Amino acid sequence: MTTADVIIIGGGPSGVAAGLTLRKQGVPRVVLLEREAELGGATRHCAHSPFGMREFGRVYFGAAYGRRLARAAHKAGLDIRTGHAVTAVQPHGVVQVVSAQGLQTLQARRILVMTGARERSRAARLLPGDRPQGVITTGTLQASLAFHGLRPFRRPVILGTELVSFSALLTCLTHGIRPVAMIETAPAPLARWPLRLFPRLMGIPLLCGVEVSDILGTPNVNEVTVRKGGATRALACDGLLLTGRFTPESALFLQSDIGVEPATSGPAIDQYGRTHDPLIFAGGNILRAIETGGWAFREGRAVGAAVADDLRQSPETAPPVPVTFDAPLRLVVPSLLRRSTRPQRAFPSFQLRFDRAARGVLRLTLDGEEVWRKRGAWRPERRVLVPLPPQATQAEHVHFHFDERS
Amino acid sequence: MSNPVPHESSPDGFYDVAIIGAGVVGCAVARRFALAGARVVLIEKGTDILSGASKANSAILHTGFDAPPDSLELELVRKGREEYLSIHRELGLSLVRTGALVCAWSAGEHESLHGIEQQAHANGVQAVRPLSAAQARALVPALSSRLVAALEVEGEHVIDPWSAPLAYVTQAMALGATVLRATELLHGTFDGTWTLQTSTGTLRAGAVINCAGLYGDRVDRCLELPERFEIRPRKGQFVVLDKAAFRHVPRIILPVPTAITKGIVICPTAFGNVLIGPTAEEQPDRTRASLETDTLEALLQRGAELLPILRTMPVSATYAGLRPATEQKAYRVYSAPAQRAITLGGIRSTGLSAALGLAAHALHLYERFGTPLTPPPGIPDIRVPNLTETEERDWQRADHGEIICHCERVTRREIEAALASPLPPGDPGGFKRRTRAGMGRCQGFYCGARVAEMTQGCFSNPPPAATGSQGDTP
Repeated sequence: MTTADVIIIGGGPSGVAAGLTLRKQGVPRVVLLEREAELGGATRHCAHSPFGMREFGRVYFGAAYGRRLARAAHKAGLDIRTGHAVTAVQPHGVVQVVSAQGLQTLQARRILVMTGARERSRAARLLPGDRPQGVITTGTLQASLAFHGLRPFRRPVILGTELVSFSALLTCLTHGIRPVAMIETAPAPLARWPLRLFPRLMGIPLLCGVEVSDILGTPNVNEVTVRKGGATRALACDGLLLTGRFTPESALFLQSDIGVEPATSGPAIDQYGRTHDPLIFAGGNILRAIETGGWAFREGRAVGAAVADDLRQSPETAPPVPVTFDAPLRLVVPSLLRRSTRPQRAFPSFQLRFDRAARGVLRLTLDGEEVWRKRGAWRPERRVLVPLPPQATQAEHVHFHFDERS
Repeated sequence: MSNPVPHESSPDGFYDVAIIGAGVVGCAVARRFALAGARVVLIEKGTDILSGASKANSAILHTGFDAPPDSLELELVRKGREEYLSIHRELGLSLVRTGALVCAWSAGEHESLHGIEQQAHANGVQAVRPLSAAQARALVPALSSRLVAALEVEGEHVIDPWSAPLAYVTQAMALGATVLRATELLHGTFDGTWTLQTSTGTLRAGAVINCAGLYGDRVDRCLELPERFEIRPRKGQFVVLDKAAFRHVPRIILPVPTAITKGIVICPTAFGNVLIGPTAEEQPDRTRASLETDTLEALLQRGAELLPILRTMPVSATYAGLRPATEQKAYRVYSAPAQRAITLGGIRSTGLSAALGLAAHALHLYERFGTPLTPPPGIPDIRVPNLTETEERDWQRADHGEIICHCERVTRREIEAALASPLPPGDPGGFKRRTRAGMGRCQGFYCGARVAEMTQGCFSNPPPAATGSQGDTP
């Protein structure tokens, strides 16, 4: 009584890419569930970030990229159901869905969860102070401006210096919003070199190594106080823009027995993108925050191919081996390996991230035997790729060591 | 029940009672007096009801098992709870029968449990039973193995702390009560009747009931009543954990209380979350309830100590509220028959449970003023929408339009209904309390822009630049 071969949850770059691949590989019934009214996910409201060069051979801007994804999805014969929100993923490929028509139970031979990531809220960051209006994330700001023509503030403080923070800054400047300062908790900006010059060029102070020590105002923000060491400084403003600090949108896993990994806040997956439930796969930014839309697209394609291959065989049920790691590594994806010789791996490499800047030797051992090493100066917020050796899936102990040398 | 035509509340600008403060107590008092047939005006200086102490509490419907024996507080908590249990269904109000465990984490606390049990019995709360650590952990497996013993209090329940007062005031309005928001009492004089000067005009009333919470002492002063108490605001900070935590906390987890405070509670909410709090921090400021990162971290730490699995749960929300404590623990309830004024003050922590009891008590005090009221011919049928996860929500029914807030599954139909209700939200906070949109794990990342658009022009305090951005120069 399955309703589909595959149900994909999430119509952003990874979900659409997975669907395109599944169809290309001849999987007949692929349902794509998207809770918003349009496909495209987070790329829809990023009005200025170019997307699409590697996927579609040309550059698209935000909303246009979403439309391009939708066109490709329609053309490929995906069963696209927008306005359909999934309330639960359950064993045996069962998915609970709600739409304007009411509740529905769907079942498929495989489920792909590709629900992306979001920025951490003020609450999740445990920020201090009053709780006035005007403390919002980049996602909310960009959606307000792009879809609704609403400007939530005029003189905000921008918290964060990730890539998205500079995107937020540009969004502000192109919409008549003049940030009063850009602030960062870390000692230096997190984004790469040329970008960090940008605020200064625009005459916007960049304050690093500072913490938000207070937010004041009722009903709107009128001041953000920052602290550096013992000194505090008041920034008069009318909003606080929280940028970056992405976290996977993994509620479906958090509320199921599958759970999430503490390291990533996303589901644990194996080299095929398969979770602890052999019928449920995941890919894209739900795995770890955060990569670009293009990366998510390619990852979606790879997991889609692995699922297409999996459908031709009986579900893989071998118990997985966890991939472990030393501090200051923060995460490893995939964090599970299944003893399987199927060639269609979605993840040819491990993706690693460091928690902080560190110098030293990173090593991979399989059952105690070193198979890879690299010395370097490692930085947080940079992706580290380590080839996933084929024999790793036969090992009982897979561990990333880090020997710190100053 | 019939739906009578509400009588003209006050064709000549005169009210039988003016209630100052639309917190949970004021809303309950408005309902009780309207049901008794009084012409009621409810004055609130905030832009919406529940904008003071009532907006932030732990949402527990208490039994009074640990209330001071023979106190007015105990009597009114018990009466208020009883009335809530008898009316919640007809008003569409939730009741989550969680029960509570008073947990002892040391030998010393274990010794106190017996006294608490005896006090519960003395307070008329019979459904309490001592549990071994193993028995308690059978009920709540997530409790740390450090648990020494516990006392189960069956009757402690969890409710929706905002829909209840909204239902009370909505029922009062259906009976003709007038609700004036953004209206601050400036001064009142009594010359047989009250003349009340407010920030939006002058009112006349036969009696005044001060339900002003954090401003109870100041309102007494505005009314030229004797100074009988002083509000000493006590701040409480809370952390709300993701809905994933809910299944691990099936009971309210209470500490052994101290002389000063009920202590930090770990509590399932009617909305399917888990909250940890409140702190008890005295401060002079009556307006600012600000969060402190260290304190929030300490609350999370406390939660993880008692229920280790909570360490893995993401934070959905943080908030802080002020409780209208006074220099004494007891409620500060006074009646001045000569001036036809009643003060319900110092309702520092059990207001949600006691509100209906306080309202009945106020009516009882009013009756001694000697002005009989004629009850209305019928009670109008009102129900507030269900926002709790224990009853059917709108998203589970067909034709809800679409889901706007996915974290809390708030539908377009619910939002439109809230905006078109008899007392539509007066500010963004009131909107969230009526719909839950934006109160979930993403805190508006996904729906914030959509909600801002749907509520554009609905509130008296718009964001600083809530105008079209197109074509506007910087």
